[in-house]
Amino acid sequence: MSPDRINKKVQEIKPSGIRRFFDLIIGRKDILSLGVGEPDFPVPWKVREEIIYSLEKGVTSYTSNHGLEELRQAISEYYRKFGVECFQKDVLITTGVSEGFDIAVRAIINPGDAVLVPDPSYVMYKPLVTLAGGEAISIPTNPDFRLNYERISEYRDLRPKVLILNYPANPTGVSYARRELEEIADAVIENDMLVVSDEIYCELSYNNKHVSIASLNGLGDRTIILNGFSKAFAMTGLRVGYNIAPPDLLDAMLKIHQYCMLCAPISAQIGAIEALKNEEDELEDMRAEYLRRRNYFTKRLNEILEVNIPDGAFYAFPSIQSTGLSSEEFTERLLLEKNVAVVPGNAFGECGEGYIRCAYAVSMEKLKEAADKIEDFVRSL
Amino acid sequence: MNDKVFEVLKILSENSKVTPQEISQMTGFPEEEVEEIIRKEEENGVILKYKTLINWEKAGEELVFAVIDVNVTLSREKGYDDIAKRIAKFPEVHAIRLVSGEYDFQVVVKGKNLKEVAFFVAEKISTIPEVRDTVTHFILRTYKEEGVLLFSDEEDRRLAIVP
Repeated sequence: MSPDRINKKVQEIKPSGIRRFFDLIIGRKDILSLGVGEPDFPVPWKVREEIIYSLEKGVTSYTSNHGLEELRQAISEYYRKFGVECFQKDVLITTGVSEGFDIAVRAIINPGDAVLVPDPSYVMYKPLVTLAGGEAISIPTNPDFRLNYERISEYRDLRPKVLILNYPANPTGVSYARRELEEIADAVIENDMLVVSDEIYCELSYNNKHVSIASLNGLGDRTIILNGFSKAFAMTGLRVGYNIAPPDLLDAMLKIHQYCMLCAPISAQIGAIEALKNEEDELEDMRAEYLRRRNYFTKRLNEILEVNIPDGAFYAFPSIQSTGLSSEEFTERLLLEKNVAVVPGNAFGECGEGYIRCAYAVSMEKLKEAADKIEDFVRSL
Repeated sequence: MNDKVFEVLKILSENSKVTPQEISQMTGFPEEEVEEIIRKEEENGVILKYKTLINWEKAGEELVFAVIDVNVTLSREKGYDDIAKRIAKFPEVHAIRLVSGEYDFQVVVKGKNLKEVAFFVAEKISTIPEVRDTVTHFILRTYKEEGVLLFSDEEDRRLAIVP
């Protein structure tokens, strides 16, 4: 068969680092999994109820390409709490940050454009940049997994066009305070870059209130904000998110979105309106519960491994270097010997080697059991 | 009430078996401080009791609960509080609340069988001079108690690994 059957760029993309691990898991029973990057809370009942009602009424049509006006309006008002002055016209409803990121990079990247991607970071950024024709350049983050002015400026000679940011971050839980963002913003402006800022975990910030980089001086016109309802409102499988961007970028993304997606599912959009209207209290309870789990789990981990206290999201990213095992050896043995699943850090980039990602989106009882088992395992080495 | 106290109470209200050490791990407050907060709030009567929520129906225990609407006549000598206290002291009374609407008190009564509950209401509640009338609703099934669902129709369908 012709080797050209598959697109060359697709051929270039390496299979996901956790694929092999995933195969190990299939068929195993009673796994205690800290490998799940999604909330353990179900979609809030009010949201589900609103969707059920809309289905009963036969609300099942396409929406405009932009998304429902009421939802876009609600999002523009909601995002002001993160410091961003935006309006309904600045918001495009997507089927989640994954699509949002795809159309963002496709809208701005020309062949060969350098795109800076922090390492470690969430698995989708580099492949989608590659598919969009860009040159994805990994920037190793500092030892505390943070980016700063110096780190970004080191890449000046590559004349990078785009900086990818994700904070609070998957897999490290790192987030940035305003003064740190100001430093990053200086590097962005000096290098005349655009920013694609994935803020999906913004509601799960524990130390500081989330600040969007788009709210900083001069950054509003350079930033595409990506966000959605999956993490804050536990609406993962409903697939609804949004991009906020300056008019020219939004129009460009809309062109792609209208052909590849047409619109986000109307049921999910209706649920999202309800989520923004009525879920402030549940959100607060959810955040408080994640905070307790973070405190508990990192405290336990720190007795056996080294871990930075995450600023946000629901991930702890401990170093396992003291055990002498590689990330994959550690995760594989932990799974086989203790039936606990975590994700090897190298799935998120080379700089993730020597670390594991543990999602604390599980009940306190399970978290306790998992901490006990990890402790047993590490002490047995 | 300060935030620390509130946080400790919140955690205990969800699970009274959690230890001061675990609360300390969850909150970052020193363990001694957590113990002190608990001791103080027990003393203040804010923490009333540590109970266990049990699904008696599932346990096979045949208990009968009824909600009784009670209307009363007030007088200069006897206000709501006086009448409520009198009713509350019966061990058969599981809960009593003053409510707005068509009747005054909502009383939850617990008994071994229908007859026991019915006779208790007839003999002990209705005969209180201030009680004008009562309506008894026997509870047939409980679906949610103290914020906890007594049925489960949802399972965790998440994949074991999601990047």
